[in-house]
Amino acid sequence: MAQPKIMGVETEYGIMVRHAADFDPVASSTLVVNSYKDRELRSVVWDYEEESPHLDARGFQADPSGPTPDDASNAVINDILVNGGRYYVDHAHPEYCTPECTNARDLVTYDRAGELILDMSCRMAEQLLDNRRELIIYKNNSDGKGHSYGCHENYLVDRAIPFQGLVDGMTPFLVTRQIFAGSGKTGAENGAEGVDFQISQRADFFETEVGLSTMVDRPIINTRDEPHADEKQYRRFHVIVGDANMSEFTTYLKVGTTAVVLQMLEDGVVGGEFRLRDPVAAMRSVSRDLTCSEPLRLEGAREMSALEIQRSYQRLAAEYVTANAATDPYHEITADVVQKWGEVLDALGDDPMKLQRDIDWVIKYAWLRAYRDRHGLAWDDHRLSMLDLQYHDIRPNVGIFHRLQKAGRVRRVVSQDAVIHAITNPPLDTRAFFRGTCLKRFPGEIHAASWNSLIFDVEGKSLQKVPMQYPQRGTREMVGALLQKCNSAAELLAAIEAKPNADDAGGR
Amino acid sequence: MPSSERKQEEKTREETQEEQKPEASEQEPSQGVIEEGEALTDDIDKLLDEIDELLEEDAEEFVENYIQRGGE
Repeated sequence: MAQPKIMGVETEYGIMVRHAADFDPVASSTLVVNSYKDRELRSVVWDYEEESPHLDARGFQADPSGPTPDDASNAVINDILVNGGRYYVDHAHPEYCTPECTNARDLVTYDRAGELILDMSCRMAEQLLDNRRELIIYKNNSDGKGHSYGCHENYLVDRAIPFQGLVDGMTPFLVTRQIFAGSGKTGAENGAEGVDFQISQRADFFETEVGLSTMVDRPIINTRDEPHADEKQYRRFHVIVGDANMSEFTTYLKVGTTAVVLQMLEDGVVGGEFRLRDPVAAMRSVSRDLTCSEPLRLEGAREMSALEIQRSYQRLAAEYVTANAATDPYHEITADVVQKWGEVLDALGDDPMKLQRDIDWVIKYAWLRAYRDRHGLAWDDHRLSMLDLQYHDIRPNVGIFHRLQKAGRVRRVVSQDAVIHAITNPPLDTRAFFRGTCLKRFPGEIHAASWNSLIFDVEGKSLQKVPMQYPQRGTREMVGALLQKCNSAAELLAAIEAKPNADDAGGR
Repeated sequence: MPSSERKQEEKTREETQEEQKPEASEQEPSQGVIEEGEALTDDIDKLLDEIDELLEEDAEEFVENYIQRGGE
C-alpha cells in the first residue's frame, strides 16, 4: 500500500471588530496573533529561506519570490507553536496551520485546537482594546460580497505520480466531494447564477481547471509545488477548493477520503476514468444541486451524478482498504473513514436531511429552514444571512454551530480533552514532534523554524540549522529518548552531530 | 455511540422534523419513542428561541459591514 499521507490544514479566519469604525484587518490580525505568543518564544522567527511558493508543479518558476520580512516584523507576524503548528498573519487574516499529521482523526483534533487558540487570542487581545470593542472571528470562506479566503489542505504525495495523473484522478473527486464536505452558504457570489442556498462556500470562486494562483482566477487543481520535504521524492498536493468546516465529522470525511483517494492514485487503483467535460461549470452546478443527483457530463459522452461519482470512488476505496489492511499502519482509521463515507453517500441518496447532525451544509440548511419557517422569512432576508455568518462564529457561547454542539445536536469525532491537549502538545508520529518539543524544551535557544528546518542559536556559536526534510522522521519513537536526555540545545546539537546516521530529527 | 443507538436516535429525530417524510413503519412507535420525540421537538423550539436571542440584533447593518479582504 502507498505510504500513509502526511497532511495538514491551513485556515484563514475572517475577522472583524465590533464598534470600531476605524477597523484595520491587518493591525487587528497582528494584535490577535501576538496576544497569544508565549513570552519565551517571542523572538523566534519563520525561516523564509525554505519557502518557494512560486514553484509550479508543471515544471517552472512562475515569478521570482517576493521580499521576505526583516527579523523584527517576521517575529511580529509569526508564531511557531509548541504543538508543531504555525499561527501567523496572512495578508489581512489570522491564519492557523496544523502540524503535520498522519491520519484524519489527528488532523481533526489539531484543526479544532486551532479554533481554541484563535478564541483565546481574541479574549487576550480584547483586554488591550476599548471596552466596547469586541473581536469576532469566523471560520468560513467568504464575506458574502465576493471576497473569499481559504481553507487549504496539503498532502505529501509521491513525486513518481505524473502531475497530469493527479489532475485527471483528483479533479472529479474534488469537484464532487463538496456533497459531503461543503459548509453551505446563502446566496451566490462572483457573478455566479443566483440561488437561495448552496452546498459550498467556495464553489462560486473557481474559474479555471489548473493553475498556480490562489487569489485570482482560482484553479480547481493548484500547482504550488512546495513539498517542504525532499523534492526529489515528494510533491505537495495543495487543495484549495475545500470549505472551512465547523463540524468535526465533516472535516474528518473531507481529509480522510482525500488521503485515501491519493493513495489509490499512487497505487494505480484510480486514474482518469471519471473525467468531467467541464469541471469549472460542474463545481457550481454540484454546489446548487441539493439532491446531489443531477447528471454531469463526462468525457466520452457519459453522464454521472456527483453522488454516483463519489459512490464509484468509495466502492474502489472499500476494496482497496480491505486488500491493504495488513500494510496500513492506520488501518483502523482508514477503514472507519471509508465506511462512514459509504453511509453518508447512502443517506445523501435517500434524503440528505438525514445528515442534519453530521454534515455542515445539511446542519446549516436544516436550521436555516427551521428559522425561516418560524419567522416567515424570504431567503434573502438579512436575518438568514446573519444566521449563516454566525454559524461560523468561533465563540463558544455565541457561535450557532457551537451552541448546537453544546446542545448535543451535532456529531463529534474527537473528545474535548484531546482537543485541549493538542493546543500545547505536538503529534507523536511526525517531525512536528521534534519541532514542538524543541520549542518547549529550548525556547531561548531557537532562532527560527520552518516546516523543514529548525535554526538553533546557542550561546558562543554561530547559528546552526537542523534540516528536517523527512516529515515521517523526528517522531517520538525516533527522537523522544534523545530529547529527554539532553538538558540544553547545545547538548542536543552535539548528540545529533555525533550520531552516525544523524537524520532522525528529520533528515539531511 | 454504538451504531444501533445512533440509528434509533436518527429515527427519533426524523419523526420530529416536519419537513421530513415520515418513514413507513411497520409497527406503532413505542411510548418511549414518542416521549423522546416530544422532548426533542421542545428542544428544537428552545434552540430556535436561543438562536433568536443570540443573533446579532442589527442583522442588516452587521451583515453589510462584514467585509473582508481576499486572502490566500
